[in-house]
Amino acid sequence: MSTVNLVYFSWVRERIGRPEETLDLPENVVTIADLLGHLKTRGEEYAAVFEHANVIRAAINQEHVEHGEPIAGAREIALFPPMTGG
Amino acid sequence: MAAPVTVRVQRDDFDIAAEVSALCRARTDVGAVVTFSGLCRDEAGALSALELEHYPGMAEAEIERICHEAVERFGLQAATAIHRFGRMEPGANIVLVVTASPHRQAAFDGANFIMDFLKTSAPFWKKEHHADGSAGDWVSAKDADDAARDRWTRR
Repeated sequence: MSTVNLVYFSWVRERIGRPEETLDLPENVVTIADLLGHLKTRGEEYAAVFEHANVIRAAINQEHVEHGEPIAGAREIALFPPMTGG
Repeated sequence: MAAPVTVRVQRDDFDIAAEVSALCRARTDVGAVVTFSGLCRDEAGALSALELEHYPGMAEAEIERICHEAVERFGLQAATAIHRFGRMEPGANIVLVVTASPHRQAAFDGANFIMDFLKTSAPFWKKEHHADGSAGDWVSAKDADDAARDRWTRR
């Protein structure tokens, strides 16, 4: 079991209904992809947000990562849609 | 000496002329300065405001990384990038990029490069507020922005 801080932005934040939360993750959650799969089991709003997981971007400790990235040692994991700044 | 990079993420507006002056202050080796500014447009009257959300900390870090890459790649003498967050009405400034180099091409290319990467990798998100009061939606990312970034193939 590991504890991680999750932060959400844009419509991921709105649809989940909170900007951040701290979660205990089971040991079989190794990568970002595993995390997205795990979050889908946390309720209807999560299942809806992460249904099309391929559109979700992730950052570990404020750096962009791919879905295959291991999350071991992560203090903060951010999940958000593609960026639209500028 | 490493070229100075100035990055700010702020709620307040910026003054383009002041930023250009600051970038060139006390130096006589700059031959070209390019500025790009992005504004909030009204979409033919349909939009009353944009709400800019950002990831504090990462937003600054990503833009700094992009600016340093541009400085190295194009040999810029200096680069400034400022991105606002919060609510912006049509006509308001959203983003500013200023680049300096001895000759114009590097400054043009550097500013272009910074904007293309900023749009696709700096953690900002725009939400629209409609002029008719109806609920606006989050702006979708555009494939054209990914394509613009991808033309800067790694050397």
